[in-house]
Amino acid sequence: MSGNLSVRVWRGRADGAFQSFEVPRYASQSVLDVVTHIQRKLDATLAYRYACRVGMCGSCAMTVNGVARWTCRTHVDKVAADGRLEIAPLHHLPVIRDLVADMREFFDKWARARGSFRGTKTRHDGFAAVSPASRKRRAIEAGIECIGCGVCYSACDTVAWNPDYLGPAALQRAWTLVNDVRDTANPERLRAVAGDGGCGACHTHLSCTERCPKQLSPTAGIAGLKRAVTMAALRGTL
Amino acid sequence: MNSHASALGNDVRARNHPAWWAFLVHRLSGIALAIFLPLHFFALGQALEGAAKLEVFLRWTDQPLFHFGVWGLVVLLAAHLAGGLRLLALEFLPWREWHKTLAAIAAGFTLAAGIAIALAL
Ligand code: SF4
Ligand code: SF4
Ligand code: FES
Repeated sequence: MSGNLSVRVWRGRADGAFQSFEVPRYASQSVLDVVTHIQRKLDATLAYRYACRVGMCGSCAMTVNGVARWTCRTHVDKVAADGRLEIAPLHHLPVIRDLVADMREFFDKWARARGSFRGTKTRHDGFAAVSPASRKRRAIEAGIECIGCGVCYSACDTVAWNPDYLGPAALQRAWTLVNDVRDTANPERLRAVAGDGGCGACHTHLSCTERCPKQLSPTAGIAGLKRAVTMAALRGTL
Repeated sequence: MNSHASALGNDVRARNHPAWWAFLVHRLSGIALAIFLPLHFFALGQALEGAAKLEVFLRWTDQPLFHFGVWGLVVLLAAHLAGGLRLLALEFLPWREWHKTLAAIAAGFTLAAGIAIALAL
């Protein structure tokens, strides 16, 4: 692998612009490698974020050639066959600077979707016995590996169309807790995800499912919430 | 819209996947039906007032343009129906990895309906 990549990188805040760089191309180069090369060798003022480099922390997500991706595990070969890269911050979030998006509203919405566990047991109680084969535990299994990268949130058009929309990751998190037999916040949680910005706002574009780097399907969890909310409303327990 | 610059919004590159196209077809066919179905019934109602008018109407329905219009309406209906059934299957049946298959079935159904009506007209 040789030659150069033509890379356009977003600079500044939301009203910024793309700046062009030439970056040498290597075998097995990731998009994060390209950004790091620019910051270390070409322009030390470039702001971006990463930590683990191995697809665990969820901090390196950016928009690469128009598509939200985790950059540490996105190979240049896969996304820039013609040697061109356009790298921007994640969409649908305020831009702090360059490639750094402000994730606050993304995580605040997890809290609004009652995304934290509330149990009753203490350290003096025994373990809850939950069969791994049970339907509820398997529903949790399908959504629990989320790394909070925000790729789905950036891919989801509903987030842009409806600023109150809680978004795929927060709703998927709520769904895993709706299925947690130990959790005690559930009537409230269903109410929290039933409103205007809740699961009913999802248009089932499946962009979240298409783009999630962990191959999760937030749409599946949202469909589950829609059914759970409908059932609760019919039963009068909402 | 969010307050962020439109230069950083999703464009066709972000949306280019089967489920998004299926969503777009469903939405556009819904809008087109909402516009053209009332027109269609209005035209029918007008034409059916009185026998003389019926004559005119029947002659009018012989025209290729009319046939094309009817064909278009049926295709829109088929697309919207298939898209709706696709969504119901996706959201109310147990979740599985079949959304691309469902989109393909919906497209196939619409195509088949289009061909069948074209042959019948
Ligand atoms: S399926 Fe729902 S959450 Fe996922 S991208 Fe579409 S609208 Fe957003
Ligand atoms: S659901 Fe997937 S895309 Fe969304 S935050 Fe979690 S890991 Fe990232
Ligand atoms: S740097 Fe941690 S997921 Fe990419």
